[in-house]
Amino acid sequence: MLDAARTDEALLEVNNVEVIYNHVILVLKGVSLNVRKGGITALLGGNGAGKTTTLKAISNLLHSERGEVTKGSIVYKGERVQDLDPSALVKRGVIQVMEGRHCFQHLTVEENLMTGAYTRRDGRGAVDADLEMVYTYFPRLKERRRSQAGYTSGGEQQMTAVGRALMSRPEMILLDEPSMGLAPQLVEQIFEIVKSINENEGVSFLLAEQNTNVALRYAHQGYILENGRIVMEGTASELRENADVKEFYLGVSDEGRKSFRDVRSYRRRKRWLA
Amino acid sequence: MLRDIFITPFVDMVEAPDFLMQVLWEGLVSGVLYALIALGFVLIFRSSRILNFAQGIMVVFAALTLVGLHAMGLPAWIAVAATLAVMFVLAVTIERVVLRPLVGQPDIILFMATIGITLFLIGLGETIFGGENKVMITGELGIPTGDTVLEPFGGLLILQHLDITVVLVAVALVGALLAFLNYTRMGRAIRALGDDHQAALSVGISLQTIWVLVWFIAGIIALVTGIAWGARAGVSFALEVIAYKALPVLMLGGLESITGAIVGGLMIGVLEKIFEIYWGQPLLGGNTEAWFAFVLALIVLLFRPQGLFGERIIERV
Repeated sequence: MLDAARTDEALLEVNNVEVIYNHVILVLKGVSLNVRKGGITALLGGNGAGKTTTLKAISNLLHSERGEVTKGSIVYKGERVQDLDPSALVKRGVIQVMEGRHCFQHLTVEENLMTGAYTRRDGRGAVDADLEMVYTYFPRLKERRRSQAGYTSGGEQQMTAVGRALMSRPEMILLDEPSMGLAPQLVEQIFEIVKSINENEGVSFLLAEQNTNVALRYAHQGYILENGRIVMEGTASELRENADVKEFYLGVSDEGRKSFRDVRSYRRRKRWLA
Repeated sequence: MLRDIFITPFVDMVEAPDFLMQVLWEGLVSGVLYALIALGFVLIFRSSRILNFAQGIMVVFAALTLVGLHAMGLPAWIAVAATLAVMFVLAVTIERVVLRPLVGQPDIILFMATIGITLFLIGLGETIFGGENKVMITGELGIPTGDTVLEPFGGLLILQHLDITVVLVAVALVGALLAFLNYTRMGRAIRALGDDHQAALSVGISLQTIWVLVWFIAGIIALVTGIAWGARAGVSFALEVIAYKALPVLMLGGLESITGAIVGGLMIGVLEKIFEIYWGQPLLGGNTEAWFAFVLALIVLLFRPQGLFGERIIERV
Protein backbone atom coordinates (compact mmCIF):
# COMPACT_ATOMS: atom_id res chain seq x y z
CA MET A 1 0.00 0.00 0.00
CA LEU A 2 2.30 2.62 -1.27
CA ASP A 3 1.50 5.88 -2.93
CA ALA A 4 -2.06 6.03 -4.10
CA ALA A 5 -1.10 7.94 -7.21
CA ARG A 6 -1.84 6.20 -10.44
CA THR A 7 1.00 5.98 -12.85
CA ASP A 8 1.58 4.54 -16.28
CA GLU A 9 4.15 2.20 -14.86
CA ALA A 10 3.14 -1.42 -15.38
CA LEU A 11 2.94 -3.37 -12.13
CA LEU A 12 2.18 -6.60 -13.91
CA GLU A 13 2.94 -7.57 -17.47
CA VAL A 14 1.43 -10.63 -19.05
CA ASN A 15 3.14 -11.38 -22.35
CA ASN A 16 1.68 -13.71 -24.92
CA VAL A 17 0.64 -16.35 -22.40
CA GLU A 18 -0.70 -19.68 -23.52
CA VAL A 19 -2.40 -22.04 -21.07
CA ILE A 20 -3.16 -25.70 -21.60
CA TYR A 21 -5.27 -27.82 -19.25
CA ASN A 22 -4.66 -31.54 -18.91
CA HIS A 23 -1.96 -31.34 -21.58
CA VAL A 24 -4.57 -31.05 -24.35
CA ILE A 25 -7.12 -28.32 -23.81
CA LEU A 26 -5.83 -25.00 -25.11
CA VAL A 27 -7.60 -22.25 -23.20
CA LEU A 28 -5.48 -19.13 -23.55
CA LYS A 29 -4.04 -18.57 -27.00
CA GLY A 30 -1.53 -15.83 -26.39
CA VAL A 31 -2.90 -13.28 -23.95
CA SER A 32 -1.00 -10.07 -23.32
CA LEU A 33 -2.02 -7.38 -20.90
CA ASN A 34 -0.61 -4.81 -18.52
CA VAL A 35 -1.89 -3.80 -15.13
CA ARG A 36 -0.93 -0.28 -14.21
CA LYS A 37 0.22 0.52 -10.77
CA GLY A 38 -2.54 1.99 -8.65
CA GLY A 39 -5.24 1.41 -11.25
CA ILE A 40 -8.27 -0.79 -11.71
CA THR A 41 -7.96 -2.87 -14.84
CA ALA A 42 -11.00 -4.76 -16.05
CA LEU A 43 -10.83 -8.03 -17.94
CA LEU A 44 -14.12 -8.48 -19.73
CA GLY A 45 -15.68 -11.25 -21.72
CA GLY A 46 -18.38 -13.89 -21.76
CA ASN A 47 -18.46 -17.35 -20.25
CA GLY A 48 -15.48 -19.47 -21.19
CA ALA A 49 -13.55 -16.56 -22.67
CA GLY A 50 -10.61 -17.32 -20.38
CA LYS A 51 -10.91 -14.61 -17.73
CA THR A 52 -10.60 -16.94 -14.75
CA THR A 53 -7.81 -18.88 -16.41
CA THR A 54 -5.89 -15.66 -16.98
CA LEU A 55 -6.20 -14.71 -13.31
CA LYS A 56 -5.22 -18.19 -12.15
CA ALA A 57 -2.26 -18.19 -14.49
CA ILE A 58 -1.07 -15.03 -12.76
CA SER A 59 -1.71 -16.24 -9.21
CA ASN A 60 -0.36 -19.70 -10.05
CA LEU A 61 -3.43 -21.51 -8.84
CA LEU A 62 -3.54 -23.35 -12.17
CA HIS A 63 -1.35 -26.20 -11.02
CA SER A 64 -3.91 -27.60 -8.65
CA GLU A 65 -6.31 -27.82 -11.60
CA ARG A 66 -3.86 -29.51 -13.93
CA GLY A 67 -3.36 -26.37 -15.95
CA GLU A 68 -0.03 -25.15 -17.20
CA VAL A 69 1.42 -21.99 -18.71
CA THR A 70 3.14 -23.36 -21.81
CA LYS A 71 4.26 -20.16 -23.52
CA GLY A 72 4.83 -16.55 -22.72
CA SER A 73 5.88 -14.82 -19.55
CA ILE A 74 4.29 -13.20 -16.52
CA VAL A 75 6.36 -10.42 -14.99
CA TYR A 76 5.49 -8.72 -11.72
CA LYS A 77 7.59 -5.71 -10.74
CA GLY A 78 10.29 -6.80 -13.14
CA GLU A 79 10.44 -10.36 -11.82
CA ARG A 80 9.29 -13.46 -13.68
CA VAL A 81 6.73 -15.02 -11.35
CA GLN A 82 5.21 -17.88 -13.28
CA ASP A 83 7.27 -20.57 -11.57
CA LEU A 84 6.58 -19.40 -8.03
CA ASP A 85 4.00 -21.15 -5.89
CA PRO A 86 0.89 -19.23 -4.82
CA SER A 87 2.19 -18.55 -1.31
CA ALA A 88 5.40 -16.95 -2.63
CA LEU A 89 3.24 -14.72 -4.78
CA VAL A 90 1.03 -13.74 -1.83
CA LYS A 91 4.19 -12.76 0.04
CA ARG A 92 5.15 -10.53 -2.90
CA GLY A 93 1.79 -8.80 -2.70
CA VAL A 94 -0.37 -10.52 -5.32
CA ILE A 95 -3.49 -12.28 -4.06
CA GLN A 96 -6.52 -13.67 -5.80
CA VAL A 97 -10.14 -13.50 -4.70
CA MET A 98 -11.66 -16.48 -6.41
CA GLU A 99 -14.89 -16.65 -8.32
CA GLY A 100 -17.70 -17.85 -6.07
CA ARG A 101 -16.11 -16.34 -2.92
CA HIS A 102 -14.60 -19.58 -1.55
CA CYS A 103 -14.91 -18.64 2.10
CA PHE A 104 -13.89 -21.17 4.71
CA GLN A 105 -17.40 -22.24 5.59
CA HIS A 106 -16.84 -23.59 9.08
CA LEU A 107 -14.59 -20.77 10.20
CA THR A 108 -16.11 -17.60 11.57
CA VAL A 109 -16.01 -14.42 9.51
CA GLU A 110 -13.21 -13.07 11.66
CA GLU A 111 -11.22 -16.30 11.42
CA ASN A 112 -11.65 -16.12 7.65
CA LEU A 113 -10.20 -12.65 7.65
CA MET A 114 -7.32 -13.77 9.85
CA THR A 115 -6.35 -16.56 7.45
CA GLY A 116 -5.62 -13.79 4.95
CA ALA A 117 -2.75 -12.72 7.20
CA TYR A 118 -1.26 -16.22 7.14
CA THR A 119 1.87 -15.26 5.24
CA ARG A 120 2.56 -12.11 7.22
CA ARG A 121 5.44 -11.85 9.63
CA ASP A 122 4.98 -8.30 10.85
CA GLY A 123 3.46 -9.09 14.19
CA ARG A 124 0.15 -9.18 15.95
CA GLY A 125 -0.29 -5.43 16.28
CA ALA A 126 -0.07 -4.70 12.56
CA VAL A 127 -2.46 -7.55 11.77
CA ASP A 128 -4.99 -6.32 14.32
CA ALA A 129 -4.75 -2.81 12.92
CA ASP A 130 -5.51 -4.16 9.46
CA LEU A 131 -8.44 -6.13 10.82
CA GLU A 132 -9.89 -2.85 12.06
CA MET A 133 -9.17 -1.32 8.66
CA VAL A 134 -11.12 -4.13 6.96
CA TYR A 135 -14.00 -3.57 9.38
CA THR A 136 -14.11 0.12 8.48
CA TYR A 137 -14.49 -0.79 4.81
CA PHE A 138 -17.01 -3.52 5.61
CA PRO A 139 -18.91 -2.53 8.78
CA ARG A 140 -21.32 -5.38 8.08
CA LEU A 141 -18.54 -7.89 8.66
CA LYS A 142 -17.90 -6.52 12.12
CA GLU A 143 -21.49 -7.28 13.06
CA ARG A 144 -21.16 -10.78 11.68
CA ARG A 145 -17.64 -11.49 12.92
CA ARG A 146 -18.65 -14.42 15.14
CA SER A 147 -20.91 -16.13 12.59
CA GLN A 148 -19.72 -19.14 10.65
CA ALA A 149 -19.02 -17.87 7.16
CA GLY A 150 -21.13 -20.64 5.62
CA TYR A 151 -24.23 -19.16 7.18
CA THR A 152 -23.71 -15.60 5.97
CA SER A 153 -25.32 -14.15 2.85
CA GLY A 154 -23.74 -14.09 -0.59
CA GLY A 155 -22.89 -10.42 -0.27
CA GLU A 156 -21.33 -10.91 3.14
CA GLN A 157 -19.30 -13.81 1.78
CA GLN A 158 -18.05 -11.65 -1.06
CA MET A 159 -17.08 -8.99 1.47
CA THR A 160 -15.35 -11.62 3.58
CA ALA A 161 -13.41 -12.85 0.56
CA VAL A 162 -12.27 -9.35 -0.39
CA GLY A 163 -11.51 -8.50 3.24
CA ARG A 164 -9.51 -11.71 3.59
CA ALA A 165 -7.40 -10.74 0.59
CA LEU A 166 -6.92 -7.27 2.03
CA MET A 167 -5.55 -8.82 5.24
CA SER A 168 -2.49 -10.03 3.34
CA ARG A 169 -1.49 -6.39 2.73
CA PRO A 170 -1.52 -6.83 -1.02
CA GLU A 171 -0.29 -4.47 -3.68
CA MET A 172 -2.50 -6.13 -6.21
CA ILE A 173 -5.75 -8.04 -5.92
CA LEU A 174 -6.95 -10.33 -8.67
CA LEU A 175 -10.68 -10.11 -8.25
CA ASP A 176 -12.69 -12.73 -10.09
CA GLU A 177 -16.33 -12.03 -10.84
CA PRO A 178 -17.31 -10.12 -7.69
CA SER A 179 -20.82 -9.47 -9.04
CA MET A 180 -21.69 -13.14 -9.39
CA GLY A 181 -25.06 -13.98 -7.93
CA LEU A 182 -25.49 -10.65 -6.14
CA ALA A 183 -28.37 -8.18 -6.33
CA PRO A 184 -27.59 -5.08 -8.46
CA GLN A 185 -27.60 -2.81 -5.43
CA LEU A 186 -25.11 -5.02 -3.64
CA VAL A 187 -22.92 -5.20 -6.75
CA GLU A 188 -22.81 -1.43 -6.79
CA GLN A 189 -21.89 -1.38 -3.09
CA ILE A 190 -19.06 -3.90 -3.55
CA PHE A 191 -17.65 -1.93 -6.48
CA GLU A 192 -17.81 1.30 -4.48
CA ILE A 193 -15.74 -0.35 -1.77
CA VAL A 194 -13.27 -1.70 -4.32
CA LYS A 195 -12.92 1.82 -5.65
CA SER A 196 -12.26 3.29 -2.24
CA ILE A 197 -9.76 0.55 -1.37
CA ASN A 198 -8.03 1.37 -4.63
CA GLU A 199 -7.96 5.07 -3.89
CA ASN A 200 -7.16 5.00 -0.18
CA GLU A 201 -4.87 2.01 0.11
CA GLY A 202 -3.28 2.23 -3.33
CA VAL A 203 -4.09 -1.40 -4.09
CA SER A 204 -4.16 -2.15 -7.82
CA PHE A 205 -6.94 -4.38 -9.10
CA LEU A 206 -7.22 -6.75 -12.00
CA LEU A 207 -10.90 -7.40 -12.21
CA ALA A 208 -12.52 -10.17 -14.23
CA GLU A 209 -16.16 -9.38 -14.89
CA GLN A 210 -19.05 -10.37 -17.08
CA ASN A 211 -20.99 -7.34 -15.98
CA THR A 212 -19.39 -5.03 -18.52
CA ASN A 213 -21.55 -2.07 -17.64
CA VAL A 214 -20.58 -1.90 -13.97
CA ALA A 215 -16.98 -2.90 -14.55
CA LEU A 216 -16.37 -0.15 -17.11
CA ARG A 217 -17.83 2.46 -14.84
CA TYR A 218 -15.33 1.69 -12.07
CA ALA A 219 -12.26 0.59 -14.03
CA HIS A 220 -9.59 2.80 -15.53
CA GLN A 221 -8.35 0.39 -18.18
CA GLY A 222 -10.06 -2.50 -19.87
CA TYR A 223 -9.32 -5.57 -21.95
CA ILE A 224 -11.84 -7.67 -23.78
CA LEU A 225 -11.14 -11.35 -23.94
CA GLU A 226 -12.84 -13.56 -26.45
CA ASN A 227 -12.17 -17.23 -26.92
CA GLY A 228 -8.74 -17.13 -25.29
CA ARG A 229 -7.50 -14.00 -27.06
CA ILE A 230 -7.49 -10.29 -26.25
CA VAL A 231 -9.65 -8.71 -28.94
CA MET A 232 -9.78 -5.14 -27.76
CA GLU A 233 -8.12 -2.90 -25.21
CA GLY A 234 -8.21 0.71 -24.13
CA THR A 235 -9.17 3.06 -21.37
CA ALA A 236 -12.53 2.42 -19.80
CA SER A 237 -14.07 5.47 -21.46
CA GLU A 238 -12.79 4.45 -24.88
CA LEU A 239 -14.29 1.02 -24.44
CA ARG A 240 -17.58 2.43 -23.20
CA GLU A 241 -17.87 4.56 -26.31
CA ASN A 242 -16.78 1.84 -28.72
CA ALA A 243 -19.58 0.85 -31.08
CA ASP A 244 -18.78 -2.87 -30.97
CA VAL A 245 -18.58 -2.96 -27.21
CA LYS A 246 -21.85 -1.11 -27.03
CA GLU A 247 -23.50 -3.53 -29.36
CA PHE A 248 -22.05 -6.79 -28.08
CA TYR A 249 -21.60 -6.19 -24.37
CA LEU A 250 -23.76 -3.30 -23.33
CA GLY A 251 -26.71 -4.17 -25.55
CA VAL A 252 -26.89 -0.70 -27.07
CA SER A 253 -26.46 -0.02 -30.78
CA ASP A 254 -27.19 2.68 -33.33
CA GLU A 255 -30.58 1.14 -33.90
CA GLY A 256 -31.34 1.73 -30.22
CA ARG A 257 -31.29 -0.59 -27.23
CA LYS A 258 -31.65 -4.26 -27.79
CA SER A 259 -31.32 -7.47 -25.92
CA PHE A 260 -27.97 -9.19 -25.74
CA ARG A 261 -29.82 -12.32 -26.75
CA ASP A 262 -30.40 -10.91 -30.19
CA VAL A 263 -26.76 -10.19 -30.83
CA ARG A 264 -25.67 -13.44 -32.31
CA SER A 265 -22.32 -14.39 -30.94
CA TYR A 266 -21.14 -15.51 -34.38
CA ARG A 267 -21.30 -11.92 -35.51
CA ARG A 268 -18.79 -10.78 -33.00
CA ARG A 269 -16.65 -13.81 -33.59
CA LYS A 270 -16.73 -13.04 -37.30
CA ARG A 271 -15.86 -9.43 -36.86
CA TRP A 272 -13.09 -9.95 -34.32
CA LEU A 273 -11.62 -13.34 -34.70
CA ALA A 274 -11.57 -13.80 -38.48
CA MET B 1 -33.26 -65.00 29.09
CA LEU B 2 -35.04 -61.70 28.55
CA ARG B 3 -34.61 -61.07 32.21
CA ASP B 4 -30.87 -61.55 31.86
CA ILE B 5 -30.76 -58.98 29.09
CA PHE B 6 -33.12 -56.32 30.31
CA ILE B 7 -33.24 -56.55 34.09
CA THR B 8 -30.33 -58.31 35.76
CA PRO B 9 -27.57 -56.03 34.42
CA PHE B 10 -29.30 -52.91 35.67
CA VAL B 11 -30.02 -54.47 39.01
CA ASP B 12 -26.32 -55.33 39.25
CA MET B 13 -25.40 -51.76 38.41
CA VAL B 14 -27.62 -50.33 41.11
CA GLU B 15 -26.69 -52.88 43.73
CA ALA B 16 -22.96 -52.41 43.31
CA PRO B 17 -22.41 -48.77 42.37
CA ASP B 18 -18.75 -48.95 43.33
CA PHE B 19 -18.18 -51.69 40.78
CA LEU B 20 -20.08 -49.69 38.17
CA MET B 21 -17.78 -46.78 38.87
CA GLN B 22 -14.78 -49.03 38.44
CA VAL B 23 -16.11 -50.15 35.07
CA LEU B 24 -16.82 -46.58 34.00
CA TRP B 25 -13.35 -45.48 35.03
CA GLU B 26 -11.67 -48.23 33.05
CA GLY B 27 -13.85 -47.43 30.06
CA LEU B 28 -12.86 -43.80 30.36
CA VAL B 29 -9.17 -44.65 30.36
CA SER B 30 -9.47 -46.57 27.08
CA GLY B 31 -11.83 -43.90 25.83
CA VAL B 32 -9.37 -41.01 26.10
CA LEU B 33 -6.79 -43.03 24.21
CA TYR B 34 -9.26 -43.87 21.45
CA ALA B 35 -10.20 -40.21 21.29
CA LEU B 36 -6.57 -39.20 20.99
CA ILE B 37 -5.89 -41.62 18.16
CA ALA B 38 -9.10 -40.64 16.40
CA LEU B 39 -7.97 -37.01 16.56
CA GLY B 40 -4.81 -37.98 14.71
CA PHE B 41 -6.94 -39.55 11.98
CA VAL B 42 -9.29 -36.58 11.79
CA LEU B 43 -6.54 -33.99 11.43
CA ILE B 44 -4.90 -35.90 8.59
CA PHE B 45 -8.22 -36.61 6.92
CA ARG B 46 -9.40 -33.03 7.06
CA SER B 47 -6.27 -31.57 5.59
CA SER B 48 -5.57 -34.14 2.91
CA ARG B 49 -8.63 -36.42 2.51
CA ILE B 50 -6.41 -39.35 3.41
CA LEU B 51 -7.66 -42.06 5.73
CA ASN B 52 -4.37 -42.79 7.39
CA PHE B 53 -4.13 -46.55 7.66
CA ALA B 54 -0.60 -46.16 9.04
CA GLN B 55 -1.76 -44.53 12.30
CA GLY B 56 -1.69 -47.90 14.08
CA ILE B 57 1.79 -48.82 13.07
CA MET B 58 2.97 -45.34 13.98
CA VAL B 59 1.93 -46.12 17.56
CA VAL B 60 4.04 -49.28 17.53
CA PHE B 61 6.92 -47.59 15.74
CA ALA B 62 7.01 -44.69 18.21
CA ALA B 63 6.92 -47.03 21.22
CA LEU B 64 9.60 -49.30 19.71
CA THR B 65 11.83 -46.34 18.94
CA LEU B 66 11.49 -45.01 22.46
CA VAL B 67 12.28 -48.36 24.09
CA GLY B 68 15.01 -49.07 21.56
CA LEU B 69 16.75 -45.73 22.05
CA HIS B 70 16.59 -46.18 25.80
CA ALA B 71 18.10 -49.63 25.46
CA MET B 72 20.95 -48.06 23.50
CA GLY B 73 21.78 -46.06 26.59
CA LEU B 74 19.91 -42.77 26.21
CA PRO B 75 18.30 -41.45 29.41
CA ALA B 76 14.51 -41.84 29.36
CA TRP B 77 13.52 -38.23 28.72
CA ILE B 78 16.26 -37.69 26.15
CA ALA B 79 14.93 -40.81 24.43
CA VAL B 80 11.46 -39.23 24.38
CA ALA B 81 12.85 -36.09 22.76
CA ALA B 82 14.82 -38.17 20.27
CA THR B 83 11.71 -40.20 19.43
CA LEU B 84 9.80 -36.97 18.77
CA ALA B 85 12.61 -35.95 16.43
CA VAL B 86 12.33 -39.30 14.68
CA MET B 87 8.56 -38.81 14.30
CA PHE B 88 9.20 -35.37 12.80
CA VAL B 89 11.69 -36.77 10.30
CA LEU B 90 9.12 -39.44 9.49
CA ALA B 91 6.47 -36.77 8.84
CA VAL B 92 8.78 -34.81 6.55
CA THR B 93 9.80 -37.97 4.71
CA ILE B 94 6.22 -39.12 4.21
CA GLU B 95 5.24 -35.70 2.85
CA ARG B 96 8.23 -35.60 0.49
CA VAL B 97 8.32 -39.16 -0.73
CA VAL B 98 4.69 -40.24 -0.61
CA LEU B 99 2.23 -37.35 -0.47
CA ARG B 100 3.80 -34.72 -2.68
CA PRO B 101 4.23 -36.94 -5.75
CA LEU B 102 0.66 -38.17 -5.35
CA VAL B 103 -1.06 -34.78 -5.13
CA GLY B 104 -4.28 -34.75 -7.09
CA GLN B 105 -4.51 -38.54 -7.35
CA PRO B 106 -7.77 -40.26 -6.38
CA ASP B 107 -8.32 -40.80 -2.66
CA ILE B 108 -8.05 -44.54 -2.93
CA ILE B 109 -4.49 -44.25 -4.30
CA LEU B 110 -3.50 -42.20 -1.27
CA PHE B 111 -5.16 -44.71 1.02
CA MET B 112 -3.19 -47.50 -0.63
CA ALA B 113 -0.06 -45.43 -0.15
CA THR B 114 -0.67 -45.34 3.61
CA ILE B 115 -0.93 -49.15 3.57
CA GLY B 116 2.44 -49.06 1.88
CA ILE B 117 3.76 -46.84 4.67
CA THR B 118 2.37 -49.34 7.20
CA LEU B 119 4.21 -52.28 5.63
CA PHE B 120 7.38 -50.25 5.33
CA LEU B 121 7.30 -49.23 8.99
CA ILE B 122 6.68 -52.82 10.10
CA GLY B 123 9.76 -53.88 8.16
CA LEU B 124 11.87 -50.97 9.35
CA GLY B 125 10.84 -51.43 12.98
CA GLU B 126 11.63 -55.15 12.96
CA THR B 127 14.96 -54.65 11.23
CA ILE B 128 16.19 -52.01 13.63
CA PHE B 129 14.65 -53.05 16.93
CA GLY B 130 13.80 -56.72 16.41
CA GLY B 131 10.39 -58.34 16.52
CA GLU B 132 10.28 -59.64 20.10
CA ASN B 133 8.09 -58.11 22.79
CA LYS B 134 9.62 -55.40 24.92
CA VAL B 135 8.75 -53.76 28.19
CA MET B 136 7.81 -50.10 28.20
CA ILE B 137 10.20 -47.98 30.25
CA THR B 138 7.41 -46.87 32.57
CA GLY B 139 9.51 -46.50 35.71
CA GLU B 140 12.34 -44.69 33.97
CA LEU B 141 9.89 -42.11 32.64
CA GLY B 142 8.75 -41.47 36.19
CA ILE B 143 5.22 -42.71 35.58
CA PRO B 144 3.83 -43.80 38.95
CA THR B 145 2.82 -47.44 39.21
CA GLY B 146 0.98 -47.76 42.48
CA ASP B 147 -2.74 -47.43 43.03
CA THR B 148 -5.19 -45.47 45.09
CA VAL B 149 -8.07 -47.26 46.75
CA LEU B 150 -11.24 -45.27 47.32
CA GLU B 151 -14.29 -46.51 49.11
CA PRO B 152 -17.34 -44.88 47.60
CA PHE B 153 -20.71 -46.18 48.84
CA GLY B 154 -18.86 -48.41 51.26
CA GLY B 155 -17.46 -50.36 48.31
CA LEU B 156 -14.13 -50.47 46.58
CA LEU B 157 -12.73 -48.40 43.73
CA ILE B 158 -9.18 -48.99 42.62
CA LEU B 159 -7.53 -46.29 40.56
CA GLN B 160 -4.19 -47.29 39.03
CA HIS B 161 -1.80 -44.36 39.15
CA LEU B 162 -0.74 -45.29 35.65
CA ASP B 163 -4.31 -44.85 34.45
CA ILE B 164 -4.68 -41.53 36.22
CA THR B 165 -1.50 -40.29 34.58
CA VAL B 166 -2.69 -41.50 31.19
CA VAL B 167 -6.01 -39.72 31.56
CA LEU B 168 -4.39 -36.49 32.72
CA VAL B 169 -1.80 -36.49 29.95
CA ALA B 170 -4.34 -37.38 27.29
CA VAL B 171 -6.77 -34.71 28.46
CA ALA B 172 -3.97 -32.15 28.54
CA LEU B 173 -2.88 -33.13 25.06
CA VAL B 174 -6.41 -32.93 23.67
CA GLY B 175 -6.85 -29.54 25.35
CA ALA B 176 -3.56 -28.30 23.93
CA LEU B 177 -4.54 -29.53 20.46
CA LEU B 178 -7.90 -27.79 20.62
CA ALA B 179 -6.29 -24.55 21.75
CA PHE B 180 -3.73 -24.89 18.98
CA LEU B 181 -6.42 -25.46 16.34
CA ASN B 182 -8.64 -22.64 17.51
CA TYR B 183 -6.31 -19.89 18.57
CA THR B 184 -3.14 -20.06 16.51
CA ARG B 185 -2.36 -19.06 12.99
CA MET B 186 -1.21 -22.56 12.04
CA GLY B 187 -4.22 -24.17 13.67
CA ARG B 188 -6.55 -21.89 11.76
CA ALA B 189 -4.70 -22.79 8.60
CA ILE B 190 -5.23 -26.50 9.29
CA ARG B 191 -8.97 -25.97 9.73
CA ALA B 192 -9.13 -23.66 6.70
CA LEU B 193 -7.44 -26.25 4.55
CA GLY B 194 -10.03 -28.78 5.64
CA ASP B 195 -12.79 -26.47 4.42
CA ASP B 196 -11.50 -25.34 1.05
CA HIS B 197 -8.23 -26.38 -0.54
CA GLN B 198 -8.32 -23.85 -3.36
CA ALA B 199 -9.09 -20.94 -1.08
CA ALA B 200 -6.36 -22.04 1.32
CA LEU B 201 -3.87 -22.03 -1.55
CA SER B 202 -5.10 -18.63 -2.66
CA VAL B 203 -4.31 -16.97 0.66
CA GLY B 204 -0.85 -18.48 0.62
CA ILE B 205 -1.28 -21.46 2.94
CA SER B 206 1.25 -24.03 1.88
CA LEU B 207 -0.09 -27.57 1.66
CA GLN B 208 3.34 -29.03 2.29
CA THR B 209 3.82 -27.24 5.60
CA ILE B 210 0.39 -28.23 6.85
CA TRP B 211 0.83 -31.84 5.83
CA VAL B 212 4.14 -32.14 7.64
CA LEU B 213 2.50 -30.53 10.65
CA VAL B 214 -0.52 -32.84 10.82
CA TRP B 215 1.61 -35.94 10.31
CA PHE B 216 3.91 -34.75 13.06
CA ILE B 217 0.93 -34.21 15.36
CA ALA B 218 -0.18 -37.75 14.48
CA GLY B 219 3.34 -38.84 15.43
CA ILE B 220 3.16 -37.14 18.83
CA ILE B 221 -0.20 -38.76 19.45
CA ALA B 222 1.27 -42.09 18.39
CA LEU B 223 4.07 -41.72 20.93
CA VAL B 224 1.75 -40.82 23.81
CA THR B 225 -0.65 -43.67 23.07
CA GLY B 226 2.29 -45.99 22.51
CA ILE B 227 3.66 -45.21 25.97
CA ALA B 228 0.25 -45.48 27.62
CA TRP B 229 -0.74 -48.74 25.99
CA GLY B 230 2.77 -50.16 26.05
CA ALA B 231 2.85 -49.68 29.80
CA ARG B 232 -0.12 -51.99 30.21
CA ALA B 233 0.36 -54.54 27.47
CA GLY B 234 4.05 -54.42 26.59
CA VAL B 235 5.49 -53.11 23.36
CA SER B 236 4.81 -55.40 20.44
CA PHE B 237 3.36 -55.22 16.97
CA ALA B 238 0.02 -56.29 18.46
CA LEU B 239 -0.34 -52.70 19.71
CA GLU B 240 -1.24 -51.76 16.17
CA VAL B 241 -4.70 -53.16 16.80
CA ILE B 242 -5.67 -50.44 19.23
CA ALA B 243 -5.40 -47.86 16.47
CA TYR B 244 -8.00 -49.75 14.50
CA LYS B 245 -10.34 -49.19 17.41
CA ALA B 246 -10.24 -45.60 16.22
CA LEU B 247 -12.09 -46.62 13.05
CA PRO B 248 -15.44 -47.25 14.76
CA VAL B 249 -14.80 -44.06 16.73
CA LEU B 250 -14.52 -42.23 13.42
CA MET B 251 -17.64 -43.84 12.03
CA LEU B 252 -19.45 -42.84 15.17
CA GLY B 253 -18.03 -39.37 15.46
CA GLY B 254 -17.70 -38.47 11.81
CA LEU B 255 -14.43 -38.38 9.89
CA GLU B 256 -14.17 -34.62 9.86
CA SER B 257 -15.31 -33.66 13.30
CA ILE B 258 -12.84 -32.88 16.04
CA THR B 259 -15.57 -32.88 18.70
CA GLY B 260 -16.87 -36.10 17.20
CA ALA B 261 -13.51 -37.79 17.63
CA ILE B 262 -13.35 -36.83 21.28
CA VAL B 263 -16.93 -37.64 22.23
CA GLY B 264 -16.95 -40.75 20.03
CA GLY B 265 -13.75 -42.02 21.61
CA LEU B 266 -15.05 -41.59 25.15
CA MET B 267 -18.41 -43.13 24.26
CA ILE B 268 -16.90 -46.20 22.68
CA GLY B 269 -14.42 -46.66 25.51
CA VAL B 270 -17.14 -46.53 28.16
CA LEU B 271 -19.89 -48.39 26.29
CA GLU B 272 -17.71 -51.31 25.25
CA LYS B 273 -16.55 -51.76 28.83
CA ILE B 274 -20.07 -51.67 30.25
CA PHE B 275 -21.32 -54.04 27.60
CA GLU B 276 -18.45 -56.43 28.22
CA ILE B 277 -18.96 -56.57 31.97
CA TYR B 278 -22.74 -56.59 32.24
CA TRP B 279 -23.82 -58.32 29.05
CA GLY B 280 -20.77 -59.80 27.33
CA GLN B 281 -19.31 -61.87 30.12
CA PRO B 282 -22.49 -63.34 31.60
CA LEU B 283 -24.34 -63.90 28.31
CA LEU B 284 -21.84 -64.18 25.47
CA GLY B 285 -18.79 -65.67 27.11
CA GLY B 286 -16.78 -62.45 27.17
CA ASN B 287 -14.25 -60.85 24.84
CA THR B 288 -16.92 -58.67 23.29
CA GLU B 289 -14.62 -55.65 23.38
CA ALA B 290 -13.00 -56.93 20.21
CA TRP B 291 -16.14 -56.41 18.13
CA PHE B 292 -18.63 -54.33 20.12
CA ALA B 293 -17.35 -50.99 18.86
CA PHE B 294 -17.62 -52.06 15.24
CA VAL B 295 -21.18 -53.32 15.62
CA LEU B 296 -22.15 -50.09 17.38
CA ALA B 297 -20.58 -48.08 14.59
CA LEU B 298 -22.42 -50.10 11.95
CA ILE B 299 -25.72 -49.44 13.66
CA VAL B 300 -24.97 -45.73 13.79
CA LEU B 301 -24.01 -45.76 10.12
CA LEU B 302 -27.40 -47.23 9.24
CA PHE B 303 -29.15 -44.21 10.67
CA ARG B 304 -26.64 -41.40 10.37
CA PRO B 305 -24.17 -42.03 7.56
CA GLN B 306 -22.23 -38.86 8.35
CA GLY B 307 -21.67 -40.08 11.91
CA LEU B 308 -23.16 -38.67 15.06
CA PHE B 309 -21.13 -35.49 14.84
CA GLY B 310 -20.21 -35.41 11.17
CA GLU B 311 -19.42 -31.84 10.36
CA ARG B 312 -22.69 -30.23 9.49
CA ILE B 313 -22.85 -29.78 5.81
CA ILE B 314 -23.65 -26.11 5.48
CA GLU B 315 -26.11 -25.68 2.70
CA ARG B 316 -27.78 -22.40 2.01
CA VAL B 317 -30.89 -22.35 -0.06
